[in-house]
Amino acid sequence: MNAPPTHSHDPPEGENLDQLNLAWYVDKVVQWLVFFGGISAIIFIIGIFVFIASQGLGYAVKELDLGEFFFSPLWRPTSEANPTYGALALIAGTASVAGFAMLIAVPFSLGAAIFIAEFATGRTREILKVLVELLAAIPSVVWGFIGLSIMNPLIINTFDVPIGLNILNAGLILGLMAAPIMTTIAEDALKAVPDGYREAAEAMGATRWQVVWRVVLPAGKNGLVAAVLLGVGRAFGETMAVLMATGHSVHIPTSVFDSVRALTATIAAELGETPVGSDHYKVLFTLGIFLFLVTFLINLTADLVVRGKRRNA
Amino acid sequence: MKRIPLFLGLLAMLAAACGGGAGSDRVVLQNKGSDTLVNVAQAWAEKYKEVNPNLAVAVTGGGSGTGISALINGTVDIANASRKLKAKELEQAKANGVEPKEFIVGYDALAVFLHPSNPIETLTIAQLADIYGENGTAENWDALGIDFEGCKSGEIIRVSRQNNSGTYVYFKDAVLGKTGEYKLGSRDMHGSKDVVDLVAKTPCAIGYSGLAYATHEVKMAAIAMEAGSPPVMPSVESASDGSYPIARPLLMYTAGEPTGAVKEYLDWILSDEGQRLIVEKGYAPVRALQN
Repeated sequence: MNAPPTHSHDPPEGENLDQLNLAWYVDKVVQWLVFFGGISAIIFIIGIFVFIASQGLGYAVKELDLGEFFFSPLWRPTSEANPTYGALALIAGTASVAGFAMLIAVPFSLGAAIFIAEFATGRTREILKVLVELLAAIPSVVWGFIGLSIMNPLIINTFDVPIGLNILNAGLILGLMAAPIMTTIAEDALKAVPDGYREAAEAMGATRWQVVWRVVLPAGKNGLVAAVLLGVGRAFGETMAVLMATGHSVHIPTSVFDSVRALTATIAAELGETPVGSDHYKVLFTLGIFLFLVTFLINLTADLVVRGKRRNA
Repeated sequence: MKRIPLFLGLLAMLAAACGGGAGSDRVVLQNKGSDTLVNVAQAWAEKYKEVNPNLAVAVTGGGSGTGISALINGTVDIANASRKLKAKELEQAKANGVEPKEFIVGYDALAVFLHPSNPIETLTIAQLADIYGENGTAENWDALGIDFEGCKSGEIIRVSRQNNSGTYVYFKDAVLGKTGEYKLGSRDMHGSKDVVDLVAKTPCAIGYSGLAYATHEVKMAAIAMEAGSPPVMPSVESASDGSYPIARPLLMYTAGEPTGAVKEYLDWILSDEGQRLIVEKGYAPVRALQN
């Protein structure tokens, strides 16, 4: 790239500027900027992990009773007489809400992706794509607000249950939040299936649904699995909406109408008021390490699945 | 390169704007802590601008624990708290070379809120402990002899606060005793206002928060110390004369004996003018005020 960039919109005024030199400097600077942009993600992710680990890992390994942490539902971190740090109810809360969200989001978003990629045409398709992306742009606190003030009374009245802040409420909201991401990625996966496959199937007399079901979906399977896994990761890590819509109650759920509490919401609600360096503080960081590992594994799996697809293709 | 002069111009403006702020001799006090006190603290800070225009008070909430840890870490001038310093916090403060000094700036009645359809008028401390306490047995409203149309399932929906809130700690101490624990499974809201909002929309619910957060959409129970004693409604009067059983002092802490601007500010808060503002916000003053 030795050619000087053309300054068509901004020509040098008369004087004989050393254009080559200027372009060379610009080139160097841009190279460095782009390089920094490229590696910044790695620097940040390592930095974050080192920070979380330095605050919680030593404590988690040496002092924390991991048996209590994973198997006790008693979360009483601020008790003065007998603090207990059982995260079982929090883990169950996060898992149940994320699981319910996936029950809602997977059929909807895969359906939407198939419709947008295979059936919708022209204007319908463009409008749908924009709307799906718009859905992803709604801030999570707004979703939480909807859960707290609209869905709560609605669920109480519809299902005749005592409280509407529960797995159903948070799961619905989280499902709607995860759906746009899953739809977009799944649609990309379906678009990546070569048109030749569809044409071959149609030439053999397959109906459109047969083309989708027998040809496109199997060919795009890996991308679809990755889409679902990224949606699960989103559901696991979401904080504000679940803080507001779950009821934030330390409780092992037995039905979708039970209030629960999520790991993320617990950290968000308690970390700000916890003295730095106390046991409670370190346990919250341990929760953070646990969440980080789980979402890391989910994303890694999604990534490996996509890579598998590339290798096969 | 036509864009460069514009860019430089913007930079110069920015620099001028910053310089203007730093150039004057305004003093900024940092004031942080209790969400219960945050509205009053803001009102004080606003009004104090008229008394002393050279002093700005930056008020932030976050909870009593947040304010106290900020005081221990030396990042605030005044910490607001709706509970007293814990022994452990006092130790930490001393270890950091901070000697917290306590000022009572008002009183707050902790109201027990119910849905308007709930027929309960009075509750005793023992009944509250039965509902909220670890060893309490009241899971359904019929344990209190209550059965009402709005709450068909009959389940008591306990609404509480996040476990670092001063309100949470004070309610625990006052109702469940120093060694008592809450029954897990309450809905732990992240602010007094959220408690009131949730109770207003949930017929089976019971919740507690500062009296100042009461709205017309919820009803308050009169509280009796024991089964035989007279129930008292929460109010500014019953909080200041001590007849309401769950009223607490609202506190401000400084690091060491306050001097200069901090002292002037605290003196003004405790003056009749400052105390009238706390009454306006629904809390009780530290002493009877002349009108």
